[in-house]
Amino acid sequence: MSQFLDMFLIGISAASIYSLMAISMVLVWRSTRVVNFAQAGMALLSAYIGYELVSRTGNFWIALPLAMILGAAFSAFIEFFLMRTLLKNSSQGPIAAIAPIIATLGLLGVIHAVLGFIWGHGDVQLEAPLSKVGYTVGDTTLFIAPMGLFVIGFVIALLFVVTILFQKTNIGLALRASAYAPEIAQLSGVRVSGIRTLGWAIAGAAGAAAGILQTVNGTGAINPDSLEFSLLLVFGFIAAVIGGLESLPGAVLGALILGLVLAFVQIYISGTLVFIVAFLLLLALLILRPQGFLGSKVGRRA
Amino acid sequence: MLRINGLTVSHGAIRALDSVSFSVEQGGLTAVIGSNGAGKTTLMRTLSGLKSADSGSATWNDHNLLHGKPEHHVRQGISHVSEGKSVIPQLTVEENLDLGALWRRNPSEAKASKAEVFELFPRLEERRAQQADTLSGGERQMLAISRAYMARPQLLLLDEPSLGLAPLVIEQIFQSIRHIVDSMGVTVVLVEQNAMGALKIADFGVVLNLGKIAVSGAASDLIADPAVRTAYLGF
Ligand SMILES: Nc1ncnc2c1ncn2[C@@H]1O[C@H](COP(=O)(O)OP(=O)(O)O)[C@@H](O)[C@H]1O
Ligand SMILES: [Mg+2]
Repeated sequence: MSQFLDMFLIGISAASIYSLMAISMVLVWRSTRVVNFAQAGMALLSAYIGYELVSRTGNFWIALPLAMILGAAFSAFIEFFLMRTLLKNSSQGPIAAIAPIIATLGLLGVIHAVLGFIWGHGDVQLEAPLSKVGYTVGDTTLFIAPMGLFVIGFVIALLFVVTILFQKTNIGLALRASAYAPEIAQLSGVRVSGIRTLGWAIAGAAGAAAGILQTVNGTGAINPDSLEFSLLLVFGFIAAVIGGLESLPGAVLGALILGLVLAFVQIYISGTLVFIVAFLLLLALLILRPQGFLGSKVGRRA
Repeated sequence: MLRINGLTVSHGAIRALDSVSFSVEQGGLTAVIGSNGAGKTTLMRTLSGLKSADSGSATWNDHNLLHGKPEHHVRQGISHVSEGKSVIPQLTVEENLDLGALWRRNPSEAKASKAEVFELFPRLEERRAQQADTLSGGERQMLAISRAYMARPQLLLLDEPSLGLAPLVIEQIFQSIRHIVDSMGVTVVLVEQNAMGALKIADFGVVLNLGKIAVSGAASDLIADPAVRTAYLGF
């Protein structure tokens, strides 16, 4: 029983971080039709920024939102100065499809190199602000600890804010319209290029939260050569694809499915199989249902 | 007043409009007719800022239409309903309408426009919470026109609103367009392949042929002109 509960809790807390990553990918995909591989580097950068802010302010609860704002600003900067120029100058032919992807991969490499240059190639430590010792019920110790519970709660709160933003505000309507039909949005008076930058900014904030929460919920060690966030990006991408790549609720559902399946594999079969299973899941999905579970021909409302 | 002078527009090597000149008085309904490939859509897309021109000029009152993006022109009172059912299927009917008024800073004015739209097309009010992809073709066209109307345009550019619709529905859409001109004081440029239907409700007519103006004049004169009848109206 407690093993089952552990599986469930491991699944949910992994899913909450996957969902942030998946949302970042979906938002960038919807606004510019680019899969942003640099998101992994941006999450790692945010972990470093979180580390710096915590060591300067001594307060994680200030550092987290500040790092999210900086993550948003960095992402918007990339869209405005790199992607925009790129899309403008390579609007036709096969290069137009490939250039943005190569650019995000190149940026990923640049970020890793710059991080190593600034912080060195050893680990730095971002301490968790809450205990990571699991709660005990009777004489069993559960997997979930105060830190993990905060991660789940914080992500749920973020998802709530994002839902309100997209479904209930004018900005949200402009974001959705620009994603689904940029020309109609433009003809309706929406300044689509600004909205595109805003989409990247929200993605950057979600990615920054993913980077920091993943770090404090894990070992706390940050290393410029770590591939941890590249794996996280792959999981986020799989979650986004399960949800159809266009849909925010779909991305969250995909993250839940992925998190629970992988937790099941990890607890009942073997931790070493996790990545293989995730990969098989992605392949099966791309073959059987390439539009995702929530993706349809016209996509979803959010 | 809409003034178009020597307007020339190309798609790469293809010259779609060749030195087109005509003007449209404030407050009327002008039909632009011509067969497939005549350059009608290109004309509309150029006027709304989606397509850039090679040379010539186009102004609405004092506003230069050949400079700036569509989102800029909308704010100057020019709205364009592009060819095909120009609605966003993933949004609800009401969200499509709200989208049209998004840039307007005064919510109570936007609300008033919505009330006018619902009065003109009660069907849209009944379906306001439905996703737009559940609408029929005619309802989608009503929604597309209404979305543009929500921007409170002075000049409304409509590209083939009758495309793919049944005759009865076309009749209803055309009547609504006439109503928008007469009761709401909007100047409309209506592009149509359905030449006879469009000329019947129009005040003026412009016939485009292979990117050039073939004839223009009062709609009733065009209908009566034997040359126009045989060449463009098919009888
Ligand atoms: N995007 C485009 N690329 C290349 N040629 C185009 C494009 N759009 C239109 N054309 C060409 O321009 C001419 C005018 O087209 P269009 O303005 O769509 O005419 P209409 O709306 O009257 O049918 C046609 O010869 C058409 O093939
Ligand atoms: Mg056309």
